[in-house]
Amino acid sequence: MTTFTNIPKQIEEAIEKWQGTTSRRDFLKNSGMFVVSFSAAAMSTASLLGPAASAQNSPPTPVAGPYPDPDFRKLDSWIVIHEDSTATFYVGKTDGGQGTGTGFRQLMADELDIAFDKTNLIMGATDITVDQGGSGGSDAIETDGWPARRVAAEARRVLLEMASARLGVPVDQLAVSDGVITVKANPSMKVTYGELIGGKRFNVTLTGNNINATTGVAKLKPVGDLKIVGQSPQRYDIPAKVDGSLKWAVDAKAPGMVHARNVRPSVAGAQLISIDESSVRGIPGFIKVVSKGNYVAVVCEREEQAIRAARQLKVNWQKPATPSFPTSENLFDYMRNAKPTSVVQSRTQTPDVMGDPDAALASAAKVIEAEYDFPFQGHTALGPAHAMADPSNGQMTIWSNDMKAYGLRTGVAEFLGMPRDSVRVIWQEGPQLYGRTAADDAGFEAAYLAKEIGRPVRVQWMRHEETAWDAKGPAFTFKLRGGLDAQGNVVALEYLARTADYNHIGYNEPDTVLIAQLMGRRPKEPAPGGASPPSEMYVIPNRRRTTEVVGMPLVWESPLRVANLRDPNGPQITFAGESFIDEMAVAAKVDPLEFRLRLLTASTVDDEDFLRARSIAVVKAAAAAYGWDTRPSPKPVGTGKILSGRGIAYCYRSQTVVAEIAEVEVNRETGHIWVKRLVCAHDCGLIVNPEAVRRTIEGNLLHGLSRTLYEEVQFDTEKVTSVDWITHPTLRHSDTPAQVDVVLVNGDPNPNRPDLPPYGAGEAAIKPTAAAVANAIYDATGVRLRRVPFRDKRVLAALKVARV
Amino acid sequence: MSNISLKVNGRSYTVDIDPATPLLYILRNDLGLQGPRFGCGLGQCGACTVIIKGAAVRSCITPTSTVKGSEITTLEGLAQQDGRLHPVQQAWIDEQVPQCGFCQNGQIMTAKALLDRNPDPTDAEIREGMDRTLCRCMTYYRIQAAIRRAAKLIATGPVSGKEVGA
Ligand code: FES
Ligand code: FES
Repeated sequence: MTTFTNIPKQIEEAIEKWQGTTSRRDFLKNSGMFVVSFSAAAMSTASLLGPAASAQNSPPTPVAGPYPDPDFRKLDSWIVIHEDSTATFYVGKTDGGQGTGTGFRQLMADELDIAFDKTNLIMGATDITVDQGGSGGSDAIETDGWPARRVAAEARRVLLEMASARLGVPVDQLAVSDGVITVKANPSMKVTYGELIGGKRFNVTLTGNNINATTGVAKLKPVGDLKIVGQSPQRYDIPAKVDGSLKWAVDAKAPGMVHARNVRPSVAGAQLISIDESSVRGIPGFIKVVSKGNYVAVVCEREEQAIRAARQLKVNWQKPATPSFPTSENLFDYMRNAKPTSVVQSRTQTPDVMGDPDAALASAAKVIEAEYDFPFQGHTALGPAHAMADPSNGQMTIWSNDMKAYGLRTGVAEFLGMPRDSVRVIWQEGPQLYGRTAADDAGFEAAYLAKEIGRPVRVQWMRHEETAWDAKGPAFTFKLRGGLDAQGNVVALEYLARTADYNHIGYNEPDTVLIAQLMGRRPKEPAPGGASPPSEMYVIPNRRRTTEVVGMPLVWESPLRVANLRDPNGPQITFAGESFIDEMAVAAKVDPLEFRLRLLTASTVDDEDFLRARSIAVVKAAAAAYGWDTRPSPKPVGTGKILSGRGIAYCYRSQTVVAEIAEVEVNRETGHIWVKRLVCAHDCGLIVNPEAVRRTIEGNLLHGLSRTLYEEVQFDTEKVTSVDWITHPTLRHSDTPAQVDVVLVNGDPNPNRPDLPPYGAGEAAIKPTAAAVANAIYDATGVRLRRVPFRDKRVLAALKVARV
Repeated sequence: MSNISLKVNGRSYTVDIDPATPLLYILRNDLGLQGPRFGCGLGQCGACTVIIKGAAVRSCITPTSTVKGSEITTLEGLAQQDGRLHPVQQAWIDEQVPQCGFCQNGQIMTAKALLDRNPDPTDAEIREGMDRTLCRCMTYYRIQAAIRRAAKLIATGPVSGKEVGA
């Protein structure tokens, strides 16, 4: 089983049969060659013949390239109907394990009128799937689902016309169900999709100025007519993930493939002085040390040899003259005192200044103020970065788990100075994307090394490398001030955020990925960075919101490289915003849920997306699911070892609205926090697959919990010191809540409005978790934690100071 | 380099390798068994787990020479010869456990070894037994539900598990 994901099962089975007759090593060599060449052939013919047909066809020949973009204005680029009336869909998305692919199959099968299990889906191979940009921003279903639905509807329309011609009956007298078109008046007269077009091309041209606008002339079905959308077919990718048969990007092999490992600078910002190649020359299988600027890699025949060589290579580095970082302990003082690189205009519906916050604060009956800190956090995917690149035929094929496979293709072409059509990326499944692979460092490295060596190269980062050098979510520090009148109404809110978002690396940019930075290739200016203020619908008459960006002393070649980490700034800003709302509720002596509802219901005017009405609905739904007991926080501190409490936080992300309630147990002897129960009410509009959404939210909630309780990138003045799962702890099985309740809300309370479209569900739920937990800890103990994460030691110290 | 004989999933192999090489790389690169995956190489995460003598073993830190002759089971070897999935695998599908799935080899193999040892674990024993097997998509809640489901499947015999557990 040395094959790739896109290989038809029949071929895999055929290869399997060889195993008994060939020696293992020969088998690998031969089958590797067979498979790589076939994978190209299978995919290029797949658009015409489909998997079943191509498997039975004549021997494979390699597709030598070039690999021009599939034309999104051709129906055949999206949908192939096979002779057996099954369909294969081709979409330019990738799936991070949230069931995106299953969702697309549901949407497209529904419009095409074909059973879900008679469909198949190919994603993210740049030469055979149209460029929908891959994944990012939780927009797969929300944005890219629309053209996918429209092309499926168009295919159905064309098939009905063909049936009409074949059966001699007007289209309006035909019915279609599950790929069979029948004459309404005489159901014995029928024809199947396969009979009409199986194995042949549609040759239908679509219109649209860009891929998102792609359309035929067919109309979409009204939501009420959708049958597969709203059901929960099991995710098609799961069986192969469970039985070991899935071929991941980590599994990619090619004949003659060699293994590379990177050797990173000893400390951040170090300059390469010299390499002593004799230190590794004796290692069996050693091929080469490749270096340019401060980028260094070793290449060996076998993987374990490359690991050994990377460890053993003697490199002389010169440390930078000045410290690269404040330490992680001093980070927030540094950020508060640094000179901002820019002040950001917020990008929300609310203006930066409303009313007269200064006057309102000056005349308020009570003014409260608080500062919050949120550290750098890494992606620290379970599997470190990896990719395999094959330079055969003067082209470059990259097997990668890059969520933005199309951007990787363009970026690599530019990086290597190759024509774009000579590069293709074949996306395969990998460890959590969540923004990490939007700039696929390993993909660039593999391609560079493959070009240097002239053989296929597999790059695999090591654990210490990934944890220290992966892309980071930016640290934030906040200062909030709020004014209350004598009745406890919020009259003013001032929000000041500082984010270490300077020099954000973007998406597969050929001058910001790590290898480019280390080689000294970089843009003229670092990206300025930025962030939005908290997204909530509270009615507060006087407000000021300011976000400032600060940079670290070391700007380039830094392991504190900022990038998008699952809702790039949401957990940070919502931690500050929703902790502070709680602090104001305490000052007003009002139940925190009641306090939020008052702020949400202070207006009766609808906004465009009904966010206000939907916010109220999710807050109420969370309260009902939890069984909220109305009372101000904190509750009287108990006498036992375990103190318990509950907290709420709410926010929205684009059009998705979320409210979360955490119930915590605080061990006053150890400082350990256990979040015993989490409730999340979640409104993301139309839901395509409720069970898949539920699980995505569950994982997202616990991801938020991990970031709240444990995650912090630690560093001294010269390097990141978080390098493995001991120095960078993560949530574990023993931390899992005893109960997680996800309430899927359709929160628009007005039945006269049109149905909501689907909105993103991949990120919103991670935003309020830290605040909900902090608010619950306050409720339990009367101690306010204003710095994430809440590791035992920090919690215990705070409890001691407060004499709890 | 030297010749080492290995028994994996009921088949015998001979490989000519440096005997100190961690088993993980031999399984993945020489035997084509890629269920076990590289996550840390440090014995900290569980992604590389295989079962040897009933125990969940981290193949990334196991020198191949130390397991010659032992029966090694990888994820690919869990299902029956006729393709029927092991109850743990079936429970994983029924419960729709994985997000990305990268860690799930370790989760499934560790759970299998746990249930072989203790067919009716308490919630606390599940948490404890699984605690060192990490998932960064944080599917722990579903994994624990799937282990409870698998324990029932094992106790009552196979049932068809088409419905999705809520
Ligand atoms: S890869 Fe072996 S324990 Fe992490
Ligand atoms: S499912 Fe992604 S790491 Fe566990």
